[in-house]
Amino acid sequence: MILARMKSKGLVKKKYRIHKQTTAERVIIGVILALFGSFMLLPLIYIVNTAFKPMDELFIFPPRFFVINPTLKNFRDLAVIIPSSWVPFSRYVFNTVLVTAIGTTGHVILASAAAYAMEKLDFPGRKIMFSSVVLSLMFSTVVTAIPNYLIISKVKLIDTLASIYIPALQSSLGLYLMKQYIVTNVPDSLLESARIEGAGEWRIFFKVVMPIVKPAWLTLIIFIFPGLWNATGGVYIYSEQIKTLPVALLQIAAGGIARAGVSSAISLIMIIVPVIMFIITQSSIMETMATSGLKE
Amino acid sequence: MAKANTSIGMNTSMNNAGSGISSRTGSKPVHAVKRKLKYNIERAKKNKVAYSLVLPYYSLFFVFTLLPVAISIIYSFTYFNILEPPRWIGVQNYINLFLNDDVFIIALRNTLIYSLVTGPVSYIASFLFAWLINELGRRIRTALVLIFYTPSIGGNAYLVWKLLFSSDRYGYINSILMRLGIITEPIQWLTNVRYIMPIMIIVSLWMSISTAFLSFVAGLQSIDKSLLEQGSVDGVSNRWQELWFIILPTMRPMLMFGAVMSITGSFTVASISIELTGFPSIDYAGHTIVTHLMDYGSMRFEMGYASAIATTLFVLMVSVNKIVQKLLQKVGN
Repeated sequence: MILARMKSKGLVKKKYRIHKQTTAERVIIGVILALFGSFMLLPLIYIVNTAFKPMDELFIFPPRFFVINPTLKNFRDLAVIIPSSWVPFSRYVFNTVLVTAIGTTGHVILASAAAYAMEKLDFPGRKIMFSSVVLSLMFSTVVTAIPNYLIISKVKLIDTLASIYIPALQSSLGLYLMKQYIVTNVPDSLLESARIEGAGEWRIFFKVVMPIVKPAWLTLIIFIFPGLWNATGGVYIYSEQIKTLPVALLQIAAGGIARAGVSSAISLIMIIVPVIMFIITQSSIMETMATSGLKE
Repeated sequence: MAKANTSIGMNTSMNNAGSGISSRTGSKPVHAVKRKLKYNIERAKKNKVAYSLVLPYYSLFFVFTLLPVAISIIYSFTYFNILEPPRWIGVQNYINLFLNDDVFIIALRNTLIYSLVTGPVSYIASFLFAWLINELGRRIRTALVLIFYTPSIGGNAYLVWKLLFSSDRYGYINSILMRLGIITEPIQWLTNVRYIMPIMIIVSLWMSISTAFLSFVAGLQSIDKSLLEQGSVDGVSNRWQELWFIILPTMRPMLMFGAVMSITGSFTVASISIELTGFPSIDYAGHTIVTHLMDYGSMRFEMGYASAIATTLFVLMVSVNKIVQKLLQKVGN
């Protein structure tokens, strides 16, 4: 402390600062990151390359990693295979887009409203409600798969798209992250002045809280999106006309090595959407994750 | 609680101020009762709004998360095959599970080996990568975050490993090893008991740099630089000391959150096992608690028994989480 004060008065010439990296350290860090970065990246590059490989290159021996003569044939093949299924392909796309849109929008609104109430309003039961949400982060949904099936069939949601998006609405990670973000970013004074002006809590939630927590709802969307986008409906859906895009694509991809190119084209299509969304929203996500800490 | 409703807090304190005056005039009891009534009505009204905000979410959460846990625990003490109503059989399911079901013991052992490796490794790797990229420039940091994070949001992109580990000569890894002269004939990667578990671990590590990693990156970015300067004044002399004495304690909430994410993820491996090694895998080498659960739940419809498996997994995950939370409290102390 004394040193700091002396420094601020210019009494101490030596500059105290954060430890800068030495050149050796930089090289080591660079090597480590390059090594593990390529472990992460190479399979993805392999997908991209395979997706553009013509048939003869798929069967070259020894197999080549990179594509020599890139072609769009795999994507064209996909377009050829698609119309031969007896439900129009646009139907699968529509189903997945619908499920994803309802699921993400609903999740963001419901989880944000609940997070706002749990953090900023006083009502009996709010502590136990939040603790139960935190507890649920500690086990995954596979534990509840069987009772969930029984409940979904009890409420007559079997073989409906709602069986995919309704359970998604209550994802606990979303509520948790939203509440942590509200703690640090929504000042009580702002809510106070809104209340003095006579605004109701729902109005305050939509007009005051929601605009402030925009980075957090982008984060909620990013976390819930891949699950919905890749959702197959599993055991819940059996009618062909409400099956989703991943189901249709997986059926096509199931053709074995002969379809390796087409199946990579499919993987590329499925992966590209979440990745683009992440790139667009990453600064908001980082802002939200900065408040993600668990305090106990 | 105190923070939660400052408006009510202010109202009551103002009322109290009023009561100070009125008590001097001598009509205290009547006023006190009236005030309390008024306060409670106000609070109830406020609560009604609060419940209207919280219940749309929480009722779904109750129905699809809490209730299923309760149902699962109850069914685990019954014989239930969906066709007949459940029949109470006490702890028989658990006795069968731990004493008579050899496949479950294999699944339990596999799950423990698997999660003891992937959980800690992915957790430490997530932190290490976050720490290493922390001081890089913004652009390159963002690019690296994207590279490390993408496999976890890629849906079924992990199926590419099936091509890489393909057991014929066209499998990329076989071909490299053969060209390097390490092996002379292709290895049956995905059907050889020796390789199934290591491959599952590699693939899931590839996919495991996810939520915890983002939390660490963001946490490190938001560390107050003046804290590090202060540390250097106080005699922190190298990066490791800086990490242990300043960064880790500051990051503790993120470390706890990241641990929850890593542990929960590591215990629920199933789709990787099924897609890569088949279901059931050769000699159950890739069999996990979750695939065992799927076997009994969605194929044999022995719901009581499957519920006992689910409940075991639930207890396992929650208790490991709680223990690790306790341990993390000690970091940097």
